[in-house]
Amino acid sequence: MTGSRAEGLWAQAWRRLRRRPAALVALATLGLIALLALLVPLLSPFDFATPDWDALRQRPSGEHWFGTDALGRDLLVRIMWGCRISLLVGLAASLISVLIGVLWGATAGYVGGKTDSLLMRTVDVLYSVPFIPLVIVLTVLFGRSFLLVFVAIGAVSWLDVARIVRGQTLSLKNREFIEAARALGVGNATMIRRHLLPNLLGIVIIYATLTVPAVIIFEAFLSFLGLGVHAPLASLGTLVADGAHHLKSDPHLLTIPALFLTLIIVSFGYLGDGLRDALDPHEAR
Amino acid sequence: MNASRNPTSPSHACEPEALLTVRGLRVSYRGDQGPLHVVDGVDLDLAAGDYLGIVGESGSGKTQLLLALLGLNAGARFEGSIRYRGEELVGASEATLRRLRGARIGMIFQDPMTALNPYLSIGTQLIEGVRRHRGLGRAAALARALEMLDAVHITEPRRRLRQHPHELSGGMRQRVVIAMAMICEPDIILADEPTTALDVTVQAQILSLLHELRARTRVAVILVSHDLGVIAEMADRVAVMYAGRIVEQADAPTLFTAARHPYTQALRRSIVPLEGPLPSRLPTIGGLPPNVASLPPGCAFAPRCGYVFDRCGLAPPPLVPISAPGLAHGEQHRKACYYEGPIGP
Repeated sequence: MTGSRAEGLWAQAWRRLRRRPAALVALATLGLIALLALLVPLLSPFDFATPDWDALRQRPSGEHWFGTDALGRDLLVRIMWGCRISLLVGLAASLISVLIGVLWGATAGYVGGKTDSLLMRTVDVLYSVPFIPLVIVLTVLFGRSFLLVFVAIGAVSWLDVARIVRGQTLSLKNREFIEAARALGVGNATMIRRHLLPNLLGIVIIYATLTVPAVIIFEAFLSFLGLGVHAPLASLGTLVADGAHHLKSDPHLLTIPALFLTLIIVSFGYLGDGLRDALDPHEAR
Repeated sequence: MNASRNPTSPSHACEPEALLTVRGLRVSYRGDQGPLHVVDGVDLDLAAGDYLGIVGESGSGKTQLLLALLGLNAGARFEGSIRYRGEELVGASEATLRRLRGARIGMIFQDPMTALNPYLSIGTQLIEGVRRHRGLGRAAALARALEMLDAVHITEPRRRLRQHPHELSGGMRQRVVIAMAMICEPDIILADEPTTALDVTVQAQILSLLHELRARTRVAVILVSHDLGVIAEMADRVAVMYAGRIVEQADAPTLFTAARHPYTQALRRSIVPLEGPLPSRLPTIGGLPPNVASLPPGCAFAPRCGYVFDRCGLAPPPLVPISAPGLAHGEQHRKACYYEGPIGP
């Protein structure tokens, strides 16, 4: 029965979302970019890694739609690979951080007392761990891997989610309907799942959509330090960083990846805004 | 502590219909200067079909007393005894209390605007209790919910089940809250100022609904209010609370015609008559409601009382039966006051 109710909530949200042009355009943009990122590398005659010494730094043309980079690699294919990686890192790391953060924060806020202190002091301690050296140590221990980027980014960003969710839970806990549910004999697990989490959705969605772009940018930063994706694979972040070196001679190497990065980040912003409204039952249907 | 320690009412122990027996209940919170006793030594008896009203000012402990009956006061310490059908609830496990909450003892909250979860449909909230306590399937529970919505006179119940709280008016939401409290057919309903947040016409409807449901199901009701008018109209028996204690207790007509505690008298005097000329100054009770953190050693009402004499400052007066002639049989009239003389109009 939980399933059918949840479906009701989401079906309703979808109906409301469809009335919001900005959110719909954002959703369509993200869908299109994801689709292109999936298909273009499969269909294109070029691959992202092989240099073509006869076609260095070409302007966009019929053959190379987005031109080529300093090593003659097709920019379209490289950007689509970049989108794949950036979206994947952004979504996966945000999902991990939101999952851990919400469970952690909601438990701390709801249970309170010693459990609260223990959980939140743990967050404080983790906050104080210097992150970059930690990633370097992890890289040395486990080798550079894609998974590591997820883990590393997820491990930091859930701390913020936990704090925000705990604060929200504390204020929700004193609302009368929580007490009313307790007076009905509802136990703790059900209380968190059924009465707290849906009421936390709005703030969590907003935060998640803020996290996705932040994570994408953070991944670019890690890659720039040589800790993220490694050449010849590229993320949008590394493509922008590379392009910046050729700004004067070949501006398209910067502008096109930057355009995609911006599109993705702005779309997430609008989508999050629309989702928050759509998930709020007080909104007009 | 148990019932046998209380000398005033040994007879209740063998009364077959005693649903709820409270003896020497004390609820305290940790304060900066020692414990705060928000409920201090309360005795109550409730039988099936009883309608008990509890009046008192804000902070008199009436809501805390209700919450204590379900063990819902967060972070409080309980002393004394609460027996539901002989089962001790003070110190009972959370699982035991959870089994009773909603199933045997239902609660109606003050503000229907906040007592419903804004994210869940009316149907989902209504059936939460029956599914939990009765183990009904969703379809059976929804059928029961429809019945209940009908019983609280909500129009178009089928449509309401799918609606969310914000789509209903305040009066309708309070009906839903009542339906939620009644859906498991509890023995006792605790109503915490159920009409305070509603406008006057809706208030009357909700009160008559409570009356009707009680007549039909013989559920015992404890109605808490600061509104003497509401209590007078509804309750059979009334307990007046002041600073965590019951200061006077009697059947409703007696309390409103022959109050013997100066505080009850003052409360009664501060009701403004609806007819006739308004007094130039509305009658009030002088002074401020007491702070339980700094109560006087004697009677808590003494600083505001017009009949105070030296004995009042020594120790809090116990709640004892009044031996007045011509008292109606059955319910005893009790007061916690040393003053025995006549009190004003």
